[in-house]
Amino acid sequence: MDISVGIVGQSLLSAVLVGSLYGLAALGLSLVFGVLKVLNVAHGELLMLGGYTAFWLFNLLGIDPYLSLVVVIPVLIVIGIGLHLGLFRHVVQFDEEHRIKNSLLIGFGLALILQTIAIRLFTADDRSIATSYSTNAWELLGLRLPIVRFSGLVIGILVVIGLQWFLHRTVIGKAIRATAEDWRTAALTGINVQRMYLITFALGAALSGLAGMLVALQFSVNPNIGLSWTLKALIVVVLAGLGSMPGTFIAGILLALVEAVSSLIFGGQYRELVGLIIFLIILSVRPQGLFGAKYA
Amino acid sequence: MRSWRLWLYLIPAAAFALLPLTPWGTSDNLNLGISLFIVAGLASSWNILAGLVGRVNLGHVAFFGLGSLATRQLWLVHEWAFAPAFLAGGLLAAVVAILVGIPALRLKGIYFSVGTLALAEALRLTVSTNLPRISRLPGPMLREYDLTPRYYLCFGVLLLIVVTVFWLRRSKLGLGMIAVREDAEAARSVGVNVLWQSLVAFVLSAFFAGLLGGTFAYFHLSYYPSFTFGPVWTFDALLVTFIGGIGTIGGPLIGAVFFVLLRDVLASNLVNVHLIVFGLIFIFVVLVLPGGIVQITERWRWFSPHSKNVVSKEKVVT
Repeated sequence: MDISVGIVGQSLLSAVLVGSLYGLAALGLSLVFGVLKVLNVAHGELLMLGGYTAFWLFNLLGIDPYLSLVVVIPVLIVIGIGLHLGLFRHVVQFDEEHRIKNSLLIGFGLALILQTIAIRLFTADDRSIATSYSTNAWELLGLRLPIVRFSGLVIGILVVIGLQWFLHRTVIGKAIRATAEDWRTAALTGINVQRMYLITFALGAALSGLAGMLVALQFSVNPNIGLSWTLKALIVVVLAGLGSMPGTFIAGILLALVEAVSSLIFGGQYRELVGLIIFLIILSVRPQGLFGAKYA
Repeated sequence: MRSWRLWLYLIPAAAFALLPLTPWGTSDNLNLGISLFIVAGLASSWNILAGLVGRVNLGHVAFFGLGSLATRQLWLVHEWAFAPAFLAGGLLAAVVAILVGIPALRLKGIYFSVGTLALAEALRLTVSTNLPRISRLPGPMLREYDLTPRYYLCFGVLLLIVVTVFWLRRSKLGLGMIAVREDAEAARSVGVNVLWQSLVAFVLSAFFAGLLGGTFAYFHLSYYPSFTFGPVWTFDALLVTFIGGIGTIGGPLIGAVFFVLLRDVLASNLVNVHLIVFGLIFIFVVLVLPGGIVQITERWRWFSPHSKNVVSKEKVVT
């Protein structure tokens, strides 16, 4: 088999770019899971809704997808607040062991509902945002760097820096971290735990909306993409461990790199299996994940 | 167990056993019965690990798919007789469960769930890329296709699962599993081998799922091999168990009857929105009836009078 340096370099570069999208999709899930101890398996459906919102804004009103974030993110925040108040607020009242099981059930129910609504409203067709610059690319050391994909990496890094600042430097962020670490003690120090849960869930929804816009721009959205993105995000979350936003983002890139390397070596048809085996090996060696904090 | 409870199982079982002999044994009803048995069997076998040991396996379909794929390939492609192919399917699922279980069961809580979910998805994608073609029963078999033996095979596998769970519940092995569920550390301190107990439950659960996969391979005229690896099978089993009542023997069975009948009614009457109704029902169960249908009849909770696994109604005040 003839694998030139160029092909290897190109697939590694593509992997980093795709991986930053995995990372972005995982950030919101990791945040919600880490703080609320609730596993929102409808996370991918929120991402899908974000993608559709951006798609329709572009298609009907001609709003540039990056500009449309001004609308997409508030829309997802509203949806997130609604879902939290309507559903997940009731789940966090269970003790921690039952939060996960109950949130799985609620999440599946929610995913079914959102998927069906999306099929009814938008049909099952693949939709993607095709801007005038969608196919533009830079040349870099003989490698092709598509700009919309590169923007995912840049946005991802900016989001991680922003989240890091928010969680470590602001009062609300510190309160959220305290809630994640031990909500009882947090409540005793006067933190409004329920409000922190609400803020975290809304933030998680906003992050999935952002990721959804990038998915619609770089790939495509259809009503059924939710589960596969939830799954990718879950793998990244578990791989990274809870409690580290940069770690989650890096784990997303690592996962994509592993997939790319294994498809270079073993061929495309077994890359999922190889990815899984590596995932299981890492988990056996480091059950708390690669970057997991001790408390989480 | 008091005898009237046993009748609650024996009477429906007898009714299902006699169904093909009565005028109601139409092919529609037999088909419905087969899908009921498969869903009930998947839920009951999933419940062995989830209900007894307390581990949420989100990749249960992997074993269903493996059993189904192995049975179908050996039976149709390699032209084995059906019975050995069927057993081989179950055994393959069990062997894979041993290989996966030893590392995976060491993972705690959600990590185990995500690991098994990833396993099932990886298998599904691998099967769909490597075996993209539809699997059809060949012509001669199609001509002598008879629903009745298929009905009884599915019924038999379901009976085997339920009887095994009854037996487990009364055996030392099963009690050890429940001890692991209630408190793994305490169980370990009194000499329960936690990994061994979990592994036995996992392998039993996988073996039964593999057998059910074999019945599916026997039943269906044509399907895509990757279809039997679809995550929807796991979710159905999980939802049925939760709706009926996790950690009980009757829960998955009642849940399956409820689920299959409801799906049948909704799918024919509300074609477009039946999934929305389903979704609403699941949410309703969590919020209003967290112990499942058997919670209504509290006395049906046999696994443990203080079962922690029946989702608690106790709320934490913040």
